[in-house]
Amino acid sequence: MSTIVFFIFAILAVAAAWGVVTSKNIVHSALFLALTFVGVAALYVMLNAEFIAAVQILVYTGAVSIMVVFAVMLTLRGDVGESSPENKKWGWGLFVAGLVFVMITAVILTNADWRILEGPWTIQNSTAALSNLLLTNYMIPFEAAAILLTVALVGAVILAKGVRENK
Amino acid sequence: MNFSVGLSTYLLVGAMLFCLGLYGLFAKKNVVAILMSIELMLNAVNLNFVAFNRFLATDRLIGNVAALFVIVLAAAEVAVGLALVIAIYRSRQTTNVDEFNWLKW
Repeated sequence: MSTIVFFIFAILAVAAAWGVVTSKNIVHSALFLALTFVGVAALYVMLNAEFIAAVQILVYTGAVSIMVVFAVMLTLRGDVGESSPENKKWGWGLFVAGLVFVMITAVILTNADWRILEGPWTIQNSTAALSNLLLTNYMIPFEAAAILLTVALVGAVILAKGVRENK
Repeated sequence: MNFSVGLSTYLLVGAMLFCLGLYGLFAKKNVVAILMSIELMLNAVNLNFVAFNRFLATDRLIGNVAALFVIVLAAAEVAVGLALVIAIYRSRQTTNVDEFNWLKW
């Protein structure tokens, strides 16, 4: 049963990712991107990471996709059906990406340590355990991430809006 | 047929997402499409973190913490990236990376 669910969402995610990189219409690319995020979130649920799945839906599907759509709408010119073309060297891109894929696949399939099935999951309440970790062991990175988000937000506003000189 | 989902299946899905993102990064002309490809690659890495956590460290949440920080960094990156795209678009009226060949104007 879980195998079927896994394959449904894995195929959904990979097919939508294929749509993102092959679609000529950038609005379609943005919507396929949201679909990929939903598929990956379902895979997180199957991996007992419910909190990460919720964050994925909220941050990626809710915020990042919408922000990308905004940027698309603000920078769209001319025919939307030809808004995201391939460049002249796309064949080289395909070659390099295919080569990397073959290499990664060879490493995954030949490594016997990774040929394992799901063992028992020993953490009862993973969200509570995660919050406990974030406020004890990973407190400094947590605070640094908060500062980073604030600085990035201010920087994004300044970059997009521009600074008005006072006098 | 005896086939069940193991760690390598999740890693293969991650590899497919990563390489599709890599292809988009090389092949696309529109800078917003390139940012989308980067998001795909970051998602693939997150999937690997969570999968390794589930299969190889079943009593700790270290991979989940790493995935959470990657999500935070990706959100910051996309905010600044899109603001840069809009700032460049305002002065050059284009989003084609082939025309972004100057440092100053």
